[in-house]
Amino acid sequence: MEIGISHYLTVSAILFMLGVFGIFLNRKNIIVILMSVELILLAVNINMVAFSSFLNDITGQVFALFILTVAAAEAAIGLAILVVFYRNRGSIAVEDVNMMKG
Amino acid sequence: MGLQALFFYLFAFIAVASAFMVISARNPVYSVLFLILTFFNAAGLFLLTGAEFLAMILLVVYIGAVAVLFLFVVMMLDIDFTQLRAGVLEYAPVGALIGLILAAELIIVVGGSTFSPEIAKSISMPIPAITERTNTAALGDVLYTHYVYFFQIAGLVLLVAMIGAIVLTLRHRENIKRQDIPTQVARSPETAVEVVKVKSGQGL
Repeated sequence: MEIGISHYLTVSAILFMLGVFGIFLNRKNIIVILMSVELILLAVNINMVAFSSFLNDITGQVFALFILTVAAAEAAIGLAILVVFYRNRGSIAVEDVNMMKG
Repeated sequence: MGLQALFFYLFAFIAVASAFMVISARNPVYSVLFLILTFFNAAGLFLLTGAEFLAMILLVVYIGAVAVLFLFVVMMLDIDFTQLRAGVLEYAPVGALIGLILAAELIIVVGGSTFSPEIAKSISMPIPAITERTNTAALGDVLYTHYVYFFQIAGLVLLVAMIGAIVLTLRHRENIKRQDIPTQVARSPETAVEVVKVKSGQGL
């Protein structure tokens, strides 16, 4: 059985599903929600790389690189906001975040 | 089953299993460690597809920077995680339903499909043979010429993220002792030393 693109896309779909499921499952814990977002972005990256490889077109890898950049920036900013919020409130429960308005 | 299939199933299985552990582990520290394992196996999958540079970048940037950043934050914040876990299964059926529907749709749509033969004509940047050009060099050939503006914007995004993270977390704390360089430099013997005549037997 040859490993084709559908195998990679299936793995990526399962990872994506686990990421979405993680957001529902850990809806009180922002840290795990951020990790779930990382999982989703990783699934997208696997898609990009698989298509790039099986189409023999390197553009997909370039775009995967940009997704990686944006994911790193997102993680840094998200965790910085989390740390500031923890300093102000002493908790990171999602229900308390509504006081950040204004 | 060739060696490639064997390694594909190995990496894919461990990646999916550890991704499941990321979202279901009780302790967020374990979540981060399983996230690292997921990234590691995804890097293996990248290697299997021939994207060597991206695999190494995944190891360096994701595991070395992002996952360790998560680890820092999890350990730095003093949080009662058991309280956050309370009622965790309340929305699990809804989440599982949505996730399963999503995965089923994705697998049904992409799982059985194949490329049409005409698609070979529309390829803009073909990957050169690995014997002629390594993956890193081929990526650089495209990235620094055709996508140079995208590359610079990516650098700008990282710069903004860095400045934003520093600005957000930097705070000026009151009531702690600090060096005051101008005051220290401006000291002279006249202001710093006081000569006191002490009478013998009395003290100050």
